[in-house]
Amino acid sequence: MPEATLNKPMKIEKPRSQWRDVWIQFRKHKGAMVGMAVLTLLVLFVVIGPMVWHPPQMTTTQMLLSKNKPPSWTFPLGTDHLGRDFLTRLMMGGRVSIAVGFVAMMISLFVGTTIGTLAGFFPRLDGPLMRLTDLFLALPLLPLLLVLMMLFRDTLARAFGVEMGTFLLIVMAIGVTSWMQSARVVRGEVLALKEREFVLAARSIGTPPRRMILRHVLPNVISPVMVAATLNIADAIITESVLSFLGLGFPPDFPTWGRLLFDGLPYLQQFPERALWPGALISLTVLSVNYIGDGLRDALDPRIRGR
Amino acid sequence: MLTFILRRLLIAVPTLLLISLAIFLLVDLAPGSPASQIPLTVPPEVKAKILAAMGADQPVLVRYVLWLKQFFWVEPAYWIDSRFGTNLADGAQRIISYQTRAPVFITIGERIPQTMTVVGAGYLIGILIAVPIGIYSAYRQYSWFDQAGTFFAMMGFSVPTFFTGVLLIVIFATKLHWFPSVYDTTLLVTDWSSFVAQIRQMVLPVTVLALFNAATISRYMRSSMLDNLGQDYVRTARAKGMGEGTVVLKHVLRNSLIPVVTVIALGIPSIFGGAIITEQVFKVNGLGAALITAINANDIPMVQTLTFIFAALIVLFNLVADVLYGVLDPRIRYA
Repeated sequence: MPEATLNKPMKIEKPRSQWRDVWIQFRKHKGAMVGMAVLTLLVLFVVIGPMVWHPPQMTTTQMLLSKNKPPSWTFPLGTDHLGRDFLTRLMMGGRVSIAVGFVAMMISLFVGTTIGTLAGFFPRLDGPLMRLTDLFLALPLLPLLLVLMMLFRDTLARAFGVEMGTFLLIVMAIGVTSWMQSARVVRGEVLALKEREFVLAARSIGTPPRRMILRHVLPNVISPVMVAATLNIADAIITESVLSFLGLGFPPDFPTWGRLLFDGLPYLQQFPERALWPGALISLTVLSVNYIGDGLRDALDPRIRGR
Repeated sequence: MLTFILRRLLIAVPTLLLISLAIFLLVDLAPGSPASQIPLTVPPEVKAKILAAMGADQPVLVRYVLWLKQFFWVEPAYWIDSRFGTNLADGAQRIISYQTRAPVFITIGERIPQTMTVVGAGYLIGILIAVPIGIYSAYRQYSWFDQAGTFFAMMGFSVPTFFTGVLLIVIFATKLHWFPSVYDTTLLVTDWSSFVAQIRQMVLPVTVLALFNAATISRYMRSSMLDNLGQDYVRTARAKGMGEGTVVLKHVLRNSLIPVVTVIALGIPSIFGGAIITEQVFKVNGLGAALITAINANDIPMVQTLTFIFAALIVLFNLVADVLYGVLDPRIRYA
């Protein structure tokens, strides 16, 4: 090799962080990008929408007169059987549905990650905790959720008010019945991580278990947990709408997408759009969340990344 | 193999006992206890008598053990009696529903055929759709057919069954008037026209369930086929000069079906859960509808029994899936 080329300054590529790589791979997944865009639009629709869109204020008489109106400039999606603006109801309902999805996902992830980490890290806890997981997996979840709703709705409604009580009950019930998958995944990851050298190194300098878990183990199980999180959101949104649909969810004057669909059923002959709008929004949200989860799974898998 | 089955059965017993205890205690906490249903005008001593007659005055553990005895001993005895004309049960107390004041199992027995016809047909047709789609998607990976199949599967498990049901009702029942939107449970199939009516009313609920089940199963079928298509034995079979049809449909398909069969077995109990919604949409008077009415009516024995039956189905089919896996795949050895 001639000396001249060796002495020439070479351009070294900037070191790339792992998350940058993940983002580059994620951007290649068309479905996930579309899902991301649709979900952002939906969240904007339910969060910003009610601030921008104000339906005309009406007296009771006016509301009674404007029952079941077709779409018009004052009511873009028409009014319902009590004369309320349907677009506003859709926005408010979406707030609750998406909020339930996120909060229930948080609870389920917290329980799942805690149990999974404890079971994976402490061999003594592994057996009992995994038997508990198996037991939960064998429970018939939908019937059990219905029973839970029936049992505790009134008690919690008395303690926290009807809306807050039902919200708490629904997110808690969905959370405690959906943590099993993430617990299993996290346990598997932790078991594999425990054999790695950096954990041994940390142990050899006397790191206590608490710091070991928080500093060394948990940051490394983030990727499977993120995938589980997206799937949990989708499941929670569907479960909430199922409960509302079966009449065991939120009270009638408190709209959620599932509840709106349920309320639209008696008018299916005359006004099918009242059941179709909320149903389509639920499906669109869940579909986009599922596509994002799909893209994340591909992006976080180092075997696929960089191909 | 036999020891494996026996061991799994032995593990299943405490699991089921724990689940039944959990369900029993949970439902027992219900604020709508039978005592609150009795009008306040009834004098206290009469009220005590009513509760004693219902067995509701006993401590919870006594009632639990009694319920266990009724579920596992008395009810099977009555069933054997009705089959073989024996007298094993000898007039023992059965599990009585608060709603109908009749044995819970009579209602369940009436409801099972309804659920089985609709849900069973939905599951079967779902499998029949899913398997060919999975095979062809894997064989032509990344073709337009595969992309369409992926999208179809995504839609299948993202769109909730209550929405597909409502959508189908709007299109085919209210707009086109092709099929009825309500399932008539009293319809008896006696002649050709009633048979046609039965088929017509089954079309919509069965389609909803079939689409939902086909979405999941076709994904499993596709990934299982993909795993096997890359194996060495496929190359060997092709190198021997076998036709593509024989290689794919005989060698690869048979190996790929092993995990799919277990997935199908594992899905059987969960379709009872999913069927609750479909039954509600189409007003099918099945097990799911029985559970919903029982919950709304605070019918504690019915809720306990039905929930426990659902749980027992899950445990049973988990066992079936494990055993099937061992039977179908000789590489799996149960020590």
